[in-house]
Amino acid sequence: MRALALALRGFAREWRSGALGVLLLALTTAVAALTGVGFLVERVASAVAEQATQVLAADLRLRSTEPIGPADFQEAARRGVRSARTVSMLSVVFLGDRSELSDLEAVSAGYPLRGTLKVAREPFAVGSPASGIPGRGEAWPSSKLLATLGGALGSTLSIGAANFRVTRVLISRPDQGGDFTELAPSIVLNADDLPATGLILPGSRVTYAALFAADRARIEDFRQWLAAHRRPGEGLRDIAEASPQIENAVDRAGRFLELASLASVLLCSIAVAMSARQYVRQHLDSVALMKTLGATRALTLSVSLIELLLVAVAAALAGSAIGFAAEQWLLHVLRGLINAELPPADLAPLGMGFLAALAVLAGFALPPLLQLSRVPPLRVLRRDVGPPPLLVLLAFGPAAAAVIALLYWAVRDLGLVRDALLGLSGFTLVLVAAGLALVLAAGRLRGRVGVAWRYGIANLSRRRADSLVQIVAFGTGLMALLLLGLVRGDLESDWRRTLPADAPNYFFINIPPADRDAFVEFLEARGAKLSRMLPMLRGRLTEINGLPVERRAFRRGEGPGFADREQNLTWTATLGASNRVVAGRWWTAQDEGKPLVSLATEFQRSLGLRIGDRLTFDVGGEPFTVTVANLREVKWDSFQPNFFIVFAPGVLDAAAGTYLTSAYFHPAQGAALAELARRFPSVSIFDVDDLLEQVRSLIDKAILAVQSVFAFTLFAGLTVLLAAVQASRDERRYESAMLRTLGASAGTVLQGVLAEFATVGLLAGLLAAGGASLAGAFVAARILQVPYALDPTVFLVGLAGGAVLVGASGWLATRAAVAQPPLATLRAG
Amino acid sequence: MSSKPVASARALATRENVLKAANLCKEVSSPEGKLTIVRDVSIEIGAGESVAIVGPSGAGKSTLLALLAGLDTPTSGGVWLAGEDLTRLDEDGRARLRAQRVGFVFQAFHLIPALTALENVILPLELAGRSDARRAALEALERVGLAARTGHYPRQLSGGEQQRVALARAFVTRPAVLFADEPTGNLDTVTGGQVAELLFGLNEQSRTTLVLVTHERSLAARCGRILHMDAGRVMT
Repeated sequence: MRALALALRGFAREWRSGALGVLLLALTTAVAALTGVGFLVERVASAVAEQATQVLAADLRLRSTEPIGPADFQEAARRGVRSARTVSMLSVVFLGDRSELSDLEAVSAGYPLRGTLKVAREPFAVGSPASGIPGRGEAWPSSKLLATLGGALGSTLSIGAANFRVTRVLISRPDQGGDFTELAPSIVLNADDLPATGLILPGSRVTYAALFAADRARIEDFRQWLAAHRRPGEGLRDIAEASPQIENAVDRAGRFLELASLASVLLCSIAVAMSARQYVRQHLDSVALMKTLGATRALTLSVSLIELLLVAVAAALAGSAIGFAAEQWLLHVLRGLINAELPPADLAPLGMGFLAALAVLAGFALPPLLQLSRVPPLRVLRRDVGPPPLLVLLAFGPAAAAVIALLYWAVRDLGLVRDALLGLSGFTLVLVAAGLALVLAAGRLRGRVGVAWRYGIANLSRRRADSLVQIVAFGTGLMALLLLGLVRGDLESDWRRTLPADAPNYFFINIPPADRDAFVEFLEARGAKLSRMLPMLRGRLTEINGLPVERRAFRRGEGPGFADREQNLTWTATLGASNRVVAGRWWTAQDEGKPLVSLATEFQRSLGLRIGDRLTFDVGGEPFTVTVANLREVKWDSFQPNFFIVFAPGVLDAAAGTYLTSAYFHPAQGAALAELARRFPSVSIFDVDDLLEQVRSLIDKAILAVQSVFAFTLFAGLTVLLAAVQASRDERRYESAMLRTLGASAGTVLQGVLAEFATVGLLAGLLAAGGASLAGAFVAARILQVPYALDPTVFLVGLAGGAVLVGASGWLATRAAVAQPPLATLRAG
Repeated sequence: MSSKPVASARALATRENVLKAANLCKEVSSPEGKLTIVRDVSIEIGAGESVAIVGPSGAGKSTLLALLAGLDTPTSGGVWLAGEDLTRLDEDGRARLRAQRVGFVFQAFHLIPALTALENVILPLELAGRSDARRAALEALERVGLAARTGHYPRQLSGGEQQRVALARAFVTRPAVLFADEPTGNLDTVTGGQVAELLFGLNEQSRTTLVLVTHERSLAARCGRILHMDAGRVMT
């Protein structure tokens, strides 16, 4: 009780006097970083997942070749999960005497559950969101279909035994897919009209799908229920299998946010450690006095612990409040961009904030605090007597444990935590070594410089331990900031480079070899920007190393799906720009005609394949056995034509195939596309503008998130500066008073302080720039998979930033002390 | 008044002697080797006595004071304070004893800067678990003439005022022994004189045993007994 009363009074007093300011600020920033950034990452991930679900037109999609029974829909309704149905099949659509094979989509009310159906009044026009689905007796053919048939709004199309009036032109539907397996142009009907067509007969190839959507908790529960009650032949797809283009971008944004929260945690921990040191220093005398006056060690420890606990509560409240404000702000910013069904805010962040504050304090403030309670009472008579040094394990153990726990909390990836810790430990060692070298060199330099610099540099070697701590703190802080700045730039420019304003927005498939040149000429004449033209064949994988695929046991879930579906194959001599060989080697001119194949890593991993494996493909009834020569990582978000399976040239050339390409077409060139559809009727046209738009808006969101988190990290960096400068302020105040008493001008004293801080800043900045360049290369290559070029300006920024920031804050912190008449300072003692 | 070795320290422990030291030694290690700061000191101080410890700088006066008050532990020998063998108590035990029986006044005042004058005086009462802390502290401040400055922080007080607050803090628990280390050392002559007046006045009123380390002859002369120290020894 006595300890509580003393602690409460002490806390109140120190609160009033501002002594707890920096510790509280550092801890609040840490809590806000952990809760707020954690929240940010989670919200962005869910916003992005939401966006990704649009590709499925639902959160969950159950597919079957048999009609899906009512039980699933009833269960969905019972759980408050929205649902819709689609039936897809290939069918010939007639307009007068013209006909065209098309992909018929019969949809029920509510479709699409995610994303929008875009329609227009003429083919290839800019689409606007449709309200609902086609009415009974209505059909919405795609631009290509209507243009090929030569129809217009109001035309009557015959499908099977029924007639339909064209009331809209389908521009895009969210689930049109990015893998182009459905080559025929689509047409959307009302599902209730399907029986009238009489198209569904025993043996017809029909795909039935049930679409489901709800908030995340419900859909997850329902997914589990569906997986447990799934019948044979039913396939379940969720957002995890969404478009690779989106997944790529999302993954990298998520990785960056993880890195940023990791950096914030690190920065705040440094700030807390520095301010805890300062707290201990400030309290050495009072604790020694309390012990002299009769306080036991347990009592002084309890008082400090309770005070610290109160600091944790205050920081948790303030930090969570900031986190909550960030949440509200972000929701406000993202509201226009997404229609996510987000769970309501609750008090959980407060509890998490408190835990975070406790963890940071326990790791970084508890060890010095334990030391504080061991200060001998003799200090009241002899100021040089301090507490005994801490055991190394006790000094660094809790801090290391807290950093590991917090890092894991921030990134949830053991591998990344391990790499970060290894890198950090190595960097700290370098900083310590360089710091020691500087301190030693400073001792020798002091005779050769002017009085102000001599005083400043002498300080460096005299306060050896403090100088080292400062160099490590500033160096690590600057490194984290520079690293984030570097990779943020790389990430953003890579995204913008990947998706320039003229990124391909149309894919053209099924270009007959005979029409290839005419097709290119046609497009180029109309100003379209073409990407490379690749041949395309359909083939099925039949054997792996001589063993039929149906007899092979796959370890990964998606293996069988990849193995038994018909694959798109191509061949080329040159590696595409958005491809990178990660194993094996790309072929040379000498390899032409050799039975070699290159695989995308997604395909290779799903099937558990290795370099040197022999794969047999059935292409148009003819078997081709090829050896895996290399593996490629493909940037699917580049919107360039890319294939999982690429053959060496000269193997498949004889097999009959068609060509594929992508191009950028200005939105106003709808007429040219309609003309193209008529001129090359066999060519399938895929409008990926929507998908492109989805990825672009997603990247905009990711950039916004990345920038706000970066701003937050900068703030965390500033608290480190503040904490470090604060830590030596009292001592400096006394020293400058002494110097001024001895006749030094205020200017000389300030120059000395500037010299000391600028030297620390320069060294920390230089090392930080080196560290950030190295770490940047690792992060760019391994984590974000963006191209990385060593940027020499980072050294300039590091050196200048270090000297200016550290020097300026040192000057600001001591300026007031120097301005004060020396007598006042010396009297205050 | 003797530094003579005693045959049995225990035998000397009578109720009249509130403070005793027997064969007290303090050695510390330094870069030049072992340094003996206090050498074989035996003293007895009776209840209500006032003793000044004087001597040149570096004679070991403050170290002896620290050993007698249990702020430091001797390398050998023993200290008895109010009948308790300090060498048998751990740091917390010595702290508890100080809370009940000891008061301090220091050269550098040692007020806690974040506490007001009143709160500084309340602190030892709280540590001793006294329930009437506030009232007793107000009274103590009134006795040192600072009733009007109870809410002031140390930085708002002059040196003399700060030392008066320290005196109030030292006497408020009615200690058996008061240790004073150069109590006027940081003050000008006039203020130092006023503080000394107050110190001896309060000491007389409360019949506290006073152990005073000082350089000032005038201050030492006001004590009942003077111990001269040189090179760690107490000279007769």
